[in-house]
Amino acid sequence: MQRRELLKLLAAAPLAGAAGQLIAAPAAEGAKLLVVFLRGAYDCANLLVPTASDFYYASRPNIAIARPGQPNGALPLDSNWGLHPALAQSVMPLFQQKQASFIAFAGTDDLTRSHFETQDSIELGQALDKRRDYRSGFLNRLAGVLGGGPITDVSPIAFTDQLPIALRGDAKAANMALAGNARSGIDARQSQIIASMYRSTPLAQRVTEGFQVRDEVMRAVQAEMDAASRNAMSAKGFELVARRMAVLMRDRFDLGFVDVGGWDTHVGQGAATGYLANRFEELGRGVAGFAEEMGEDAWRQTVVVVISEFGRTFRENGNRGTDHGHGTVYWVLGGGLSAEAGGRIVGEQQVLTQATLFQNRDYPVLNEYRAVFGGLFRRMYGLSPAQLGRVFEGVAPRELRLV
Amino acid sequence: MLHLGRLCMVSAAMALAACTTGSLRSDAPPLSVSSTAADSPAAQLQWLDRVTWGANASSQAELAKTGLARWMGRQLKPQPQPLPPAAQAQIDAMTISRTPLDQLVIGLDAQRKAADALPDEDQKKAARQAYQQELTRLAREAQQRFVLRALYSPNQLQEQMTWFWMNHFNVNLRKDNIRALVGDYEENAIRPHALGRFRDLLGATLHHPAMLRYLDNAQNAANRINENYARELMELHTLGVGGGYSQADVQELARVLTGVGVSAQPADAVPNVRPAVRADYVRQGLFEFNPNRHDYGPKTLLGQPIQARGLAEADEALDRLVRAPATARFISRKLAVYFVADEPPPALVDRMAAAFTRSDGDIATTLKALFESPEFAASLGRKFRDPVHYVMAGVRLAYDDRVALNVNPMLNWINRMGEPLYGHETPDGYPLNEAAWASAGQMNTRFEIARAIGANGAVLFRADDKAPLEKPAFPPLAESNTVRAMQLGLSADTREALAQAKNPQEWNTFLLASPELMRR
Repeated sequence: MQRRELLKLLAAAPLAGAAGQLIAAPAAEGAKLLVVFLRGAYDCANLLVPTASDFYYASRPNIAIARPGQPNGALPLDSNWGLHPALAQSVMPLFQQKQASFIAFAGTDDLTRSHFETQDSIELGQALDKRRDYRSGFLNRLAGVLGGGPITDVSPIAFTDQLPIALRGDAKAANMALAGNARSGIDARQSQIIASMYRSTPLAQRVTEGFQVRDEVMRAVQAEMDAASRNAMSAKGFELVARRMAVLMRDRFDLGFVDVGGWDTHVGQGAATGYLANRFEELGRGVAGFAEEMGEDAWRQTVVVVISEFGRTFRENGNRGTDHGHGTVYWVLGGGLSAEAGGRIVGEQQVLTQATLFQNRDYPVLNEYRAVFGGLFRRMYGLSPAQLGRVFEGVAPRELRLV
Repeated sequence: MLHLGRLCMVSAAMALAACTTGSLRSDAPPLSVSSTAADSPAAQLQWLDRVTWGANASSQAELAKTGLARWMGRQLKPQPQPLPPAAQAQIDAMTISRTPLDQLVIGLDAQRKAADALPDEDQKKAARQAYQQELTRLAREAQQRFVLRALYSPNQLQEQMTWFWMNHFNVNLRKDNIRALVGDYEENAIRPHALGRFRDLLGATLHHPAMLRYLDNAQNAANRINENYARELMELHTLGVGGGYSQADVQELARVLTGVGVSAQPADAVPNVRPAVRADYVRQGLFEFNPNRHDYGPKTLLGQPIQARGLAEADEALDRLVRAPATARFISRKLAVYFVADEPPPALVDRMAAAFTRSDGDIATTLKALFESPEFAASLGRKFRDPVHYVMAGVRLAYDDRVALNVNPMLNWINRMGEPLYGHETPDGYPLNEAAWASAGQMNTRFEIARAIGANGAVLFRADDKAPLEKPAFPPLAESNTVRAMQLGLSADTREALAQAKNPQEWNTFLLASPELMRR
């Protein structure tokens, strides 16, 4: 306890100097961060619906989400924005409890509009005008910085088959996909024997860690099955993965990454119902399930950020879908969001008209992702400017007072 | 020579022995290697694990009989050699073997257009789906063909180099209709040049629709420049980053490459080219150089003007890129990373680069310098197997030359470990270093796959996924001469683990999961 208080003080000190006022630093050692990457550039304009914009309704004659109060209408968030109705049971309650927030006009300055280029550049978190260094992702650099101070023995994990670019780098990071039944063909005795073959090799730690993560996943699965036998139904799809992630992050990991695909909606994306609505519903259930499974105490110290490589065209295309755009909307969720963020739409915003579109086509990016993450990390972990500079070199953090 | 090779193929079963021992390939210059390496069975196994897709009993016997120096000479200068008939028959039955690329793609384009034209939405959806499924099926054929050759081709180094260059000149299945193109790309652009001249290889990739579509050069036209291919051509294919080119060179090379594209029109449908440059029009299969789209203005690349005109500008540019010292170093280093170490010794790279330059970019000559080096010998057994290597080596060791009837389980294993064939999205190709493939989750998956091969490998020998598995369903690994020879080199910890196996399936699993089998 004493050590923890000391760490808080140490963490707060540089912040007080930088900001010129003393801000109570959160207890960084218990802080948890999960980054959810929606690969394929989701249509943010139908997630966070600009309900005050006539231009929105003119631009999307077939796929717009109706105004609040109308049948299948958006869920009202404030006078300008509404939420896709597929999130009524999941994210909307979190928003009302001030545990969810959206950053409109977020994204990257990368203008390739290539999924892969932009996904990579976001995960790397490096300056766009310099040669990419694929060995160094921004979450790994964050882990490196945290391990040197606020969180001793930081433990990052990607809930994916391969270690994603965001978590590549010098800091050790585990990875394990959580979909499927997670049954292993290798039993405990065999695992122990295999681990013994590696005990004197450089791979020993990773082999042991792989088995440990697998065992914890299997325990989580067992808990699900026990619960299912009492409750009738268990979660499916991304919600299942998300609940498993929560168990693992609550008990063991500080820093998580997961990706969710299927957002590239050039054709027939639907409106209040349909393809994209189903994806939103699944994602929303996952996020809410994650929060529930974390439990109140851990959730209070947790921040979930949902990002995507870019947004989509503001106008619908000839196939009732949307094409590659620019600015997007990030989600920020957590049990300990600040009063300035929880239940609000945050960040710099613009009135939406044809004149304010970027290249007469997309949302502009007014809240650059590295600056936004930098600001979040400063508040979550009490990082100094030097430490932030190691995560995002040469980027001034943007203070959105998210936590 | 070629004629004799074909004769061998025709009467493969009878003539195989004669072909492999006859005078046909005696002209390949032997490699100079130390006699210890040549004589020691343990060392020969290590060479096989590095030079082939994995040591097995038949390659071990062939190497022992031929001698390392001559065997390596033949690997470096491969002659046409037959696959086992059961493997060749599978390849011969494939659409990609029976249909020329232009015919295939023109037919598919017609199918797509017909689907789009259907008035009924449900019918349209079904027809579009059928088109997509056909593309996927063609890509799967290419993957299957690759696996069959990697498992059974006597020209193992050529097969490894085919994978290496496919990765170096990466294209990705998910873009456009590359699923229909990738088999031909591998077969006609990459494999024939895998051990030949780098310039020929580079030129073949530039002329292939798979590359032109993947890196968007098919969209590159005068005044509507697309720099994508030009940049990667210098950064990833030749000079390497920091290889002495500037942003201005990227733009100039992009101008050189304007008009270099793809046509899916019937071969006799010549576009209306303005008279002054009509003679410059080129059409070869799907490849098209369209002078209407070419920027004929003067250009300077890497400090020198481009003298040629039309498509010949591209040849002049490629010649210049290939002869740049940076290219010799970049290619040599990448080969050394693949065949020696994640951080290859600079002295070795220097010697290879000198061989590359001396031979005007001859790949076999460059590799000869690598294989003859003490650094190579010292590195044996240390290089971490990437997923493709891991699966190939496990199956080769387990089943030797018994031909698989269904390689789909292998493709699935490779996919599970994150290295699907032709599946890398970005043009940089898969990483070749240990860090990319030795994560905690990957190791765990590998042990599951070790078990899949070791305890349930018979899935490869049933033609139908639902057919019952033969008994026993696992390979007799412990009875293999190769495994017996290998056991001497296993660590005490590994031998202790093997001694704890309760049954042959478990023994196989432990062996394939061992640290020694993770490396080549």
